[in-house]
Amino acid sequence: MNIIVLVKQTFDTEEKIVVEQGTVNEDGVKFVINPYDEYAVEQAIQIRDDAGGKVTVVSVGPERAAEALRTALAMGADEAVLIHDDRIGHDEQAVAAALHAFIAQEQYDIILGGNFSVDNGAGQVAVRLAKMLGIPHTSSITKLDIAAGKAVVHRDAEGDLEVVELPLPALFTAQQGLNEPRYPSLQGIMKAKKKPFRELSLDDLNLDVGAVAARTARTELQLPPARQAGKIISGEPAAQAQELFRLLRTEAKVI
Amino acid sequence: MSKTFLVVAETRGGSLRQVSYETISAARTAGGTDTAVAAVLLGAGASALANELAQYGADRVYTVEHADLEHYNPQAYFAALHAVVQSAQPDAIFFGHTAIGKDLAPQLAAELGTGQISDVTAIEVDGSGETLFTRPIYAGKALEKKAFTAFPWIVTVRPNNITPLAPNATRTADTEAIAYPEPTLHTIIRDVVRNTSGKIDLSEAKVVISGGRGVRSADGFKPLEELAAVLGGAVGASRGACDAGYCDYALQIGQTGKVVTPELYIAAGISGAIQHVAGMSSSRVIIAINKDPEAPIFKIADYGIVGDLFEVVPLLTEQFKQALQP
Repeated sequence: MNIIVLVKQTFDTEEKIVVEQGTVNEDGVKFVINPYDEYAVEQAIQIRDDAGGKVTVVSVGPERAAEALRTALAMGADEAVLIHDDRIGHDEQAVAAALHAFIAQEQYDIILGGNFSVDNGAGQVAVRLAKMLGIPHTSSITKLDIAAGKAVVHRDAEGDLEVVELPLPALFTAQQGLNEPRYPSLQGIMKAKKKPFRELSLDDLNLDVGAVAARTARTELQLPPARQAGKIISGEPAAQAQELFRLLRTEAKVI
Repeated sequence: MSKTFLVVAETRGGSLRQVSYETISAARTAGGTDTAVAAVLLGAGASALANELAQYGADRVYTVEHADLEHYNPQAYFAALHAVVQSAQPDAIFFGHTAIGKDLAPQLAAELGTGQISDVTAIEVDGSGETLFTRPIYAGKALEKKAFTAFPWIVTVRPNNITPLAPNATRTADTEAIAYPEPTLHTIIRDVVRNTSGKIDLSEAKVVISGGRGVRSADGFKPLEELAAVLGGAVGASRGACDAGYCDYALQIGQTGKVVTPELYIAAGISGAIQHVAGMSSSRVIIAINKDPEAPIFKIADYGIVGDLFEVVPLLTEQFKQALQP
C-alpha cells in the first residue's frame, strides 16, 4: 500500500500573531506540523504497519518546512519530499498544481491530508488535488477502514455522520477524532536522519511559472479590533444572574 | 446586466438554510448593480423553494432534481453543479462555507483552474471598483483582504456574518430545470446519521453556550444544554473539555475545531486559552462565568461573573425561562 500524506508547516496554535508592514512576523515563532495533517500522518503509518507498503510525506513550502517533514519521518513515515520554489504563487490553486505535478507521476493507493490548515484555514488544497488527479475523495473523516481495494469511512458533516464507501485510489482529509497522533521517539528521530529526503523545484517538476501562478492576491492584512474587558457583575449568585439578564436586555440588546 | 453570479443554495430538512439568503446578499454586494444573481438548488423537491430564493434576491433559479442528490455525494453534486455552470456560464460562484460548500467549491475551482477565496466574513467594493473579500486567518487572530486576479471567482461565505436582504414577497424569478448528467458514481453514501434531533448547528447558531474543564464531567454539560434549549442556542466546548473526554470533538471551538460568530457567546468554566479565544472572539457579546477571577477569559468578555457555573447557569436558565415566556 503506497500512501502519500500532504503536510503543511504552520504556526503553533498557542502563538500570538504579530502583523508588521502587512505581513505576519515569523521571528521567534514555534512551527509545528499542521494539527490536522498530524492525524493524516498517524493514519498513514497505522495503515502501512498493518498492510505493508510505504508512507511518503510531501510539502509545498519554504525551506523551514523541512522540519515538519523531518518530524513526520521521526513519527514513522518512510520518505519525504519538499517542493520548494519561490516562483510558486501564494494561493491554493498554485500549491495544488505543484502537488499535482509531483503526485501524478507517483504510484499511490491512498492520499491523506488535513481537513484544513490552522493558519490559512481555506481547506481547498487536498480536494482540489483529488479533482486534478481524477480520483474520488471524502473530506473530514473520523474513521477509515481499508479492505479489498475499498475504503469505508466516517465523514463528519457539521455533526451529522455519513458512512461513505469508495474504491482506491482515493484521497481523504482528516478531522479531529480520527486517531491520537504519536510523538516521535528518540529512536525515530535518529532513524529519520537516514531516510530519503528529496527537494524539488519547478524545474524538477517540469512546471512552468504560469501553471503555478496565483489567482488571488492579498491586498491588506491587519489584526482584528482588540476586545476590551467588560463589566464584572458582583453579588450573590441570584443577584448576579438577574443583573446579567438585565444588562443583556437593556445594554447589549441581544435578548 | 453585464455579469452573472451564481449562488449555490442549500436546504436542510426541506427548508432553505439561513446561509443561503446570506450568500445571495454576498453575491449582490460583490457584483454591484450590473450583475444578475442566479441561484441553484440541487436535490429532490428543490423547485418548490425557488420562489423563496427570488424573494431574497435571486433573479433566476436553476434546479437539478435526481435521486442521486438526496444526500451529499461529492461526485453527484459536482456533476449536477458543473452542468448548471456550463449552462449559466457565471462570472462567479458563491457557496456557504458549510460542510457541502467547503467540499464542493474546491472541486469546481480545480475543474475551472481558477481561484477561490474561502470563509469570507465581509465584502466591499473599493473606490477603484475592485471587490475585496475579508477573511479571518489563524482562526481570527488576523484578518486579510483578498481580491481575485482572474475570472471566474469562487467564494465561500461564512454563515452568520453577512446580513440577508429584506425579503420582498412580490419578487419572482424565472426557473430553469437542468438535466442531471448521470455520471458513474464511485462513491456510495451508505448511511447518514443525523445529529441528535433538534440540536442547532454551531456555525449557524445565534447563541452558543460553551463548557470548559470547569464542567468537570460529561454530566456537567447538562445545565449548559438546558440554558441552550431555552435560548434556542447550540452547545460548544473548549479543547480542554474535549481532551478530558467530557464531550465529542465535534463540539470543539478554537483554532483546531470550529470558529463561531454568534450574537451571544457564553463561556462557562473556560479559562480562555489563546487557542479557544481564536475561535470565538468575533462573537458580538461574550459572557464569561468562571470561579477564577484571574482567568484570561475575563479580559475579552463583555460581562463577567466570578462564580460557580453550577450555581449561576441554572439561575440564568430560570431567569430566561420566565422572561421569554409568551
